[in-house]
Amino acid sequence: MTVNDIKNILDCELISGEGYLQQEVLTACGSDMMSDVLAYVKDQSILLTGLVNCQVIRTAEMMDMICVVFVRGKKPDEDMIQLAESRGIALMSTSHRMFTACGLLWENGLRGGNSLS
Amino acid sequence: MSILKLHYEIDGEDFTRAGEASASVKKRLRQLGVKPDATRKVSIALYEGEINMVIHAHGGDIDVEISPEAVRMVLADRGPGIENIDQAMKEGWSTAPDEVRSLGFGAGMGLPNMKKNSDEMQIETVLGKGTTVTMAVYL
Repeated sequence: MTVNDIKNILDCELISGEGYLQQEVLTACGSDMMSDVLAYVKDQSILLTGLVNCQVIRTAEMMDMICVVFVRGKKPDEDMIQLAESRGIALMSTSHRMFTACGLLWENGLRGGNSLS
Repeated sequence: MSILKLHYEIDGEDFTRAGEASASVKKRLRQLGVKPDATRKVSIALYEGEINMVIHAHGGDIDVEISPEAVRMVLADRGPGIENIDQAMKEGWSTAPDEVRSLGFGAGMGLPNMKKNSDEMQIETVLGKGTTVTMAVYL
């Protein structure tokens, strides 16, 4: 699955990172707690979140993620967009809620990857 | 590769900028060709530490030494100190206020996650004076 497939499945608005649409996404994670993303996520390349602040982009950067999808129609501010652009991370927004967004991606074959012990 | 020393002053008042030092170290490690696994461990451990310095301790100083053998990190703050280190090391235990949780942190995973991602970790703390966390990730 590519970033572009996710954009279509979730009916996302692409906010930045058009150049990354063809990148492949193998696994995903969803969380509003960046503490948990840092502690439990391993090789997931896309983050779904309802949290909107610069630390979402920083967390994605530390975890080598390539795309952040904001759920519930949330939108990043200009500082976040600039930070994401400088770090090579695509940003998208979907009006779906977290549960539905994760469910739609799962239904289309995307998985959560290995859980950490 | 000779030894590379990096120093960062962490602004404790600006949550938006928290993570800049960690991002800078991560970039350096990539440029130096350090293995992705080790780079990830340093990034996570340092970022958690940097966030802690901002949310608990009004900032401080980070010193990083990169040698062919290891990345050594010293995070020194002038915050309130840690009353009970054993308790602070427990997953899920946190003194962070609700305001910090609404920012996506304060789940009580910071110190345990720093330990998990480092090969060596020591905490020295004095109540009312500050805390120094020393970590190493072997290369």
